[in-house]
Amino acid sequence: MTRTQRRRLLLVGGLFVGLAAAAALALTAFSQNLLYFYQPSEIVAGKVPTDTRFRIGGLVENGSVQRASDDLVVRFSLADCEDSVPVRFRGTLPDLFREGQGIVAYGKIDHDGRFIADEVLAKHDENYMSPDVADAMKDDQGVSCMPTNMRASR
Amino acid sequence: MIPELGNFALILALCLALVQTAVPLYGMARSRADCLAVAAPAAVGQFVMLGIAFAALAFAFYGNDFSVAYVAANSNTHLPWFYRIAAVWGAHEGSLLLWMLLLSCWSLAVAAASRSLPRDVASCVLAVMGSVSVGFLIFTLFTSNPFARQFPAPAEGRDLNPLLQDPGLVIHPPMLYMGYVGFCVAFAFAITALITGRVDSAWTRWTRPWTTAAWVFLTVGVTLGSWWAYNELGWGGWWFWDPVENASFMPWLVGTALIHSLAVTEKRGIFKSWTVLLAITAFALSLLGTFLVRSGVLISVHAFATDPARGVYILAFFAVVIGGSLLLYAIRAPRFEAGTEPVAILSREGLLLLNNIFLVVAAAAVLLGTLYPILADALGLGRISVGPPYFNKVFIPLTAPLVALVGGAAVIAWKRTRWQAVQSRLWLPLLLAIGLGVLLPWLALGESGVVAAAGCVLGIWAILGALEDVVRRVRGRRVMLPRNVLGMTLAHVGVGVFVIGVSLVTGFGGERDVRMAPGDRVSFAGYDFVFKGTRHVEGPNFTAETGDFLVFDDGDQIAELEPAKRRYNASGQVMTESGIDVGVFRDLYVSLGESLSGQAWSVRIYHRPFIRWIWAGAFLSAIGGLVALTDKRYRRREKLRAPSREHMSSASVQA
Repeated sequence: MTRTQRRRLLLVGGLFVGLAAAAALALTAFSQNLLYFYQPSEIVAGKVPTDTRFRIGGLVENGSVQRASDDLVVRFSLADCEDSVPVRFRGTLPDLFREGQGIVAYGKIDHDGRFIADEVLAKHDENYMSPDVADAMKDDQGVSCMPTNMRASR
Repeated sequence: MIPELGNFALILALCLALVQTAVPLYGMARSRADCLAVAAPAAVGQFVMLGIAFAALAFAFYGNDFSVAYVAANSNTHLPWFYRIAAVWGAHEGSLLLWMLLLSCWSLAVAAASRSLPRDVASCVLAVMGSVSVGFLIFTLFTSNPFARQFPAPAEGRDLNPLLQDPGLVIHPPMLYMGYVGFCVAFAFAITALITGRVDSAWTRWTRPWTTAAWVFLTVGVTLGSWWAYNELGWGGWWFWDPVENASFMPWLVGTALIHSLAVTEKRGIFKSWTVLLAITAFALSLLGTFLVRSGVLISVHAFATDPARGVYILAFFAVVIGGSLLLYAIRAPRFEAGTEPVAILSREGLLLLNNIFLVVAAAAVLLGTLYPILADALGLGRISVGPPYFNKVFIPLTAPLVALVGGAAVIAWKRTRWQAVQSRLWLPLLLAIGLGVLLPWLALGESGVVAAAGCVLGIWAILGALEDVVRRVRGRRVMLPRNVLGMTLAHVGVGVFVIGVSLVTGFGGERDVRMAPGDRVSFAGYDFVFKGTRHVEGPNFTAETGDFLVFDDGDQIAELEPAKRRYNASGQVMTESGIDVGVFRDLYVSLGESLSGQAWSVRIYHRPFIRWIWAGAFLSAIGGLVALTDKRYRRREKLRAPSREHMSSASVQA
């Protein structure tokens, strides 16, 4: 092997190792940060692991929103067609959060089966409902169980 | 009447675009100069037609012509007139029209500059741009016509999305699109190179200024987008790794790689096929960005199902443009002679090779995180989203070495540099960078942290490395710096400033959610915030609850902030307007959450140290690009024309 060849081999080898490292880094980070979507009845059925962060979607049940009087903790329950899950959130809710509205929340579930949200999203259009939520609001036959004026318009 | 005129102008533009594509290509195949000469006038005609169409739509918005469905969906009589004009590009149909208008502007510019290009090259470039225009015009006319009428016409329009009612929106999309579309010029030059089989220094000298110009626009566009999100979304963040943002960021990453790789191809005559591939990729990602944002696929892949014509057309167009170019690339690129000398790592081309690898891998990582959820959903693999931690984890290790390279960029010479030479020039900047970088967070904010300090060291290193070269040149000879060197220096200093901003705002920025009743005082980040209460305000097309906050620093009042909660009359949508006290070293940012019991509100207070540096750095880089554009080499093109045309003419223009 000549000097040039050896140098080129080093270069190509170095690049290869670098790229492999980058790929490994990316794929590990990727698989650790995939967030799955679950709906309330799946949580009640115990299908959801307790210490991973995930997304949940459903309708905020009418009459369920309770604000603490001295801090920013909010409690409400989030429902799909079959079941509902209590949710606890501390912070500022988005502009379009209200009872009867479809929302998506990020967070974890604690040991009592409560969902501890760290982020709550409501879409910026009253007619529009997140497709995930719209799907969650269908029963086994695919018929929506939402009140008719709340149907997703998309 | 006027909208029909606009529609007719669009149809004429399509006809002219077809001529602009087909005739010059026929002329190339048959070596007929008369056919080649058609390209430039056709481009001018297409520009005029698209200008008329755009003016017609703007007029319909200005005159509140709600019989045009697009106007009715995106405007309202109470909307101030400048937002009515900006509403032209507020949704899918109109932004396509803007895209095409800007494409025809670039075509016009190429046609105007074509006297300095060999005629076959200029005509081929225009033909390729014409073909892209054909694709977009057909798409617009058949699936997303902005001039479609509806009867009966509603008396009032549905209003522009309140999120978009901001001065940022008036300029952000046009800038971004100028960048996207500008890469079409680089793409057209790349396809021309593949067709003619020539990638010589003349080709790179023509391609470089166009690419740099597109990059400047894209940089400004992405930066404005970030600034707009900060001002308008009320979340105090400057980058969310949102798919819409990623869509504009990926072409920027590859475009940055492209301007660096073009430098190597011009100076050293190597990396030819890589440069061509990058030009194709940058444009492919620009197309992807346009469609991702505007087709509704990001909201849901199911949006495709409701309107299959659009989705299928987009995929088909994409397949033809990108598949076709890659096929051409596979056939023709092996002809470009590769350099025979090995590339030394410690040389400028070696560094630029590394730069390209980092940038392209970073773009690939962003692409994976952006497209995977869409693919998974489309293939029924489950509903998944990829969170910001993924992007941060991947991006920081990839970009940190890149910034470290920036510091050495100016010092390391082409071909080969001795290690001793590098050492003797860079030891001082390196020491200074380490010292200042560790001190900076401590001096400016009275805090310190390992990661933030490391970021500051990197940023200062990039700045000092770039300045070292300038200082040396100016001290040594007392001559004006060449514009391209000055441009590079500014751009690299901009990178440093940006990195410092990012490090400090991520390291030491903080936020607090509090409940505040009128008269309450909250201390945060060394400042006292006093809430005086809210008052009712009537806007032109909204009503608002505006809060009054006083900010005190050591007992002195330093700012009065007025965050507001707006309710837009037409749509009933609620929007948060943040109150921001802007400063060079920190922003204080207050936004109203929701009205609680009594007169209390939930309030979000943010402390954002050095956040202005992020945008300042990005703008500095863009200014660097502008300065590089004015370099003598590009102006001297006129003189270079004669020999290069002789050289080219043997190929095909002698009919």
